[in-house]
Amino acid sequence: MAEKISDDFNYVGKPVRKVDSLSLARGEARFTDDYDIQNEVYGVFLYSDIPHGRIREIDTAEALSIDGVIDIFHHGNTPNTLYTSAGQGYPEPSPYDTRLFDSVVRFVGDRVALVVAESEEVAREAAGKIKVNYEELPAVFDYERAEEPDSPRIHADGEFPKIPVAYLPEKNIAAKIDIGFGNIDEGFKEADFIVENTYRMQYASHCATEPHVARAYYDDRGRLTIVTATQVPFHARRIVSMVLGIPISSIRVIKPRIGGGFGGKQEVILEPYVALITVRTGRASRIKLSRKEVFVSSRTRHPMRVRLKTGVKKSGEITALEMDALMNNGAYGSHALTVLSNAGSKVLPLFNKIPSIRFRGETVYTNLPVGGAYRGYGATQGYFAFNQQIDIITRKLGLDIIEYCKKWHIREGETSKIFEALGEGKEGVSQVIKSCKLDECIDRGAAEIGWYEKRGKRRKLDNGWVTGVGMAIGMQGSGIPLIDMGSASIKMNEDGSFNLFIGATDLGTGSDTILAQIAAEVLQVPVDKMIVLSSDTDLTPFDVGAYASSTTYVSGSAVKKCAEKIRKDILEVASQMLGEEVSGLKVKEGTVVSGKTGESVSYSDICTYSLYQGGQHQIQAEASSVMPESPPPFIAQFAEVAVDVETGKVKPLRFVSAVDCGQAINPVLAEGQVEGAVVNGISYALTEEYRFDKKGRMVNPSFGNYKIFTAPDIPEIKTILVESYEETGPFGAKSVGEIAINGPAPAIANAIYDAVGVRLFETPFTPERVFKALKSREE
Amino acid sequence: MKEYTKELNITVKVNGREYHESVPANMTLLQFLRNKLLLTGTKEGCGIGECGACTVVMNGKTVTSCLVLAAEADGAEIRTIEGEAKGEKLTALQESFIKYHGEQCGFCTPGMIMSAQNLLDRNPKPTREEIVEAISGNLCRCTGYEPIIKAIEAVAEKGNR
Repeated sequence: MAEKISDDFNYVGKPVRKVDSLSLARGEARFTDDYDIQNEVYGVFLYSDIPHGRIREIDTAEALSIDGVIDIFHHGNTPNTLYTSAGQGYPEPSPYDTRLFDSVVRFVGDRVALVVAESEEVAREAAGKIKVNYEELPAVFDYERAEEPDSPRIHADGEFPKIPVAYLPEKNIAAKIDIGFGNIDEGFKEADFIVENTYRMQYASHCATEPHVARAYYDDRGRLTIVTATQVPFHARRIVSMVLGIPISSIRVIKPRIGGGFGGKQEVILEPYVALITVRTGRASRIKLSRKEVFVSSRTRHPMRVRLKTGVKKSGEITALEMDALMNNGAYGSHALTVLSNAGSKVLPLFNKIPSIRFRGETVYTNLPVGGAYRGYGATQGYFAFNQQIDIITRKLGLDIIEYCKKWHIREGETSKIFEALGEGKEGVSQVIKSCKLDECIDRGAAEIGWYEKRGKRRKLDNGWVTGVGMAIGMQGSGIPLIDMGSASIKMNEDGSFNLFIGATDLGTGSDTILAQIAAEVLQVPVDKMIVLSSDTDLTPFDVGAYASSTTYVSGSAVKKCAEKIRKDILEVASQMLGEEVSGLKVKEGTVVSGKTGESVSYSDICTYSLYQGGQHQIQAEASSVMPESPPPFIAQFAEVAVDVETGKVKPLRFVSAVDCGQAINPVLAEGQVEGAVVNGISYALTEEYRFDKKGRMVNPSFGNYKIFTAPDIPEIKTILVESYEETGPFGAKSVGEIAINGPAPAIANAIYDAVGVRLFETPFTPERVFKALKSREE
Repeated sequence: MKEYTKELNITVKVNGREYHESVPANMTLLQFLRNKLLLTGTKEGCGIGECGACTVVMNGKTVTSCLVLAAEADGAEIRTIEGEAKGEKLTALQESFIKYHGEQCGFCTPGMIMSAQNLLDRNPKPTREEIVEAISGNLCRCTGYEPIIKAIEAVAEKGNR
């Protein structure tokens, strides 16, 4: 592994066009809903309109009598296997607390029945004719009260954890963590003062522009094919097999182009149902959620309350830190343990010199919509607390936050006990940081925003608004060490092109492209010589899928390894052809060149020779990668905002992110990941929220009432990719998919404080909330 | 099967080609394009006119095709993403979207391109503000909009097409 940094690369580090860009720009790329499948039936769900209750009776007679209705599925006529829809590796760290249909409904939006009809219109009409008789049960909506003895229990019907972890449904606790090191009490005693605050973040929807959609049909060999907008085709196959009792060998899952995921499509929420319809009816089937259904009945960001207690010396040294997290999972426990643990595991190693740390957390059930994976995955909530706490501490001590962060953050060659203590449902994996350019991220980001010219200046704009700047720093991971696995296979064609087969799942992120760039770099051919086929469980090798910021690092490593095997084979064939030892040969621009004579043979000739002439074989290889560590990318983010003290309105003016993601395989795609995450993060910080009525019903499930940022809303955005090289990653790469969503909320909160001196402990920073804070300060 | 609504005969020109079709009175233009004509480049992201993924140009104006009935399009001239490129040749705007990575997942791209192209057709050298205004009804969750704005600006600077 002697690869060096940047300039020596021919295909890595270049802003190559996305391999799917042409078909996307022409509108020809096919998404799940775009396939022309004949003779298809439609599934439409009937959802619970009460927050908690037991179904006494479902009367489907009238609905079934409607012309065009084929069948209606519910808890009385479907398998009642317990599973988790979380779409994680096996065995899952999320509790098995979900059934296709249950006799208990647990939130407004829970699935009661599935109507199958000849058209969507008929299915919707029939769903309205189903009569459900409920025994209503008391409900709990306030997650901070879910554990109280008088709160109703939400799961008491045999639900169980698949792995040995704390699971206490009798207390509405879906997951629990308690880890620590050092002596926390002594640490607080040694401190000169204690800073303790409570921070809260709210529900959010991923708002991928393509709603969840899945289709199923029997192919001409009678195998069940599922075409679906998923981040996890292999997990979807496994879960469908388990829930419906169909052998894996009979199922094929295909992910075509997909219209964004952000974690929301990691959840396996439709695939078992389209499979069920096709198995029961023999017909092709489709379920497509409406936007309202996506908001209410798919998955969300888990709301979280984080209490941070820090013991601080006058010097600024933190002697002890206690993080206490409470997470609301809603009615089912998707990602209950791992999002919670990430609030600690991705945050606490950052200041690795704190001698005593305790991290406690609980995830609770409530009668509200279900949490799930969402870009940032708990780190978002943890960093919201951490970065404000640091701002508070440094202001209290009159310290320069820039210098303070640079002094205390983890460095190359260092480790944190957290890495070892906290993993995914079990202990973690210890690791030493090999690449960290956070100092440079902080310095360059600060220079770009104009930190020292602006901080504390409270500049007044012509319209009376006051400006301020704030910062946030952070780290994430690159896949789940010793758990996430990616694999690839490559075969060579006689025109010197290659088929690259990867299980990895491109959600629009560009992973098909960057994986092709990695293979192209090893083989020294242009990226368009790589014919990429991804995410088809019949054709491509396994990959866990697109989550945990794993694809570039984990799947990319598999692709690199695989391409190296191919290169070796190519050199061996060329060696026969040229009559020269492999050691004297070199690959260059799609040829193999003799070091002695300068004579060369083209890839085309080499493959043709191997297929038809000498030592006949198909040049092909496969490789898998599981990574023993998860090198964190690092980021420093800076917000400049203007606040209207009259109305409490906050306008983001500029946002700067400086990121160390290792070697960016494709810098423009990496910037795209950062900027998309930043805008989502700003939008979450300022406007996005679920509003519920007294019955736990979401009252704003539409883009008209759930405001996400549009083009006129965005501030001036600047992204800096800081040069870095991670020696364990493919061509020096780490991850970049999630990290940038964590900084906007705390950076903006800190900027608001800088502007108007009020501290916002809860997102979103709506005018109402900011105004109230301004008023209460006056009083 | 039960008949929900009566069928109407319509004549619509889509991307320069004339179609005579019988459609249910309650069929939307979006359903007509996708399900009848199999022009699936136009996407459905919300179904209630709030995301812009289904934007097409109708008689020279952008519309969210999920809010237009197919029957209303009788006699109309419609442009969709499929009509933009001429054979292999992409429009300058399509080229620019690719070059500036204005598309990530690409689901909003067709609607985004139709909104932007319609602006450029009316106003070949729009300002940044005019560009932002023109795509303000098109939601994108992947890019953060900046690469899209840059892609449109680049075409505007050179003059359209």
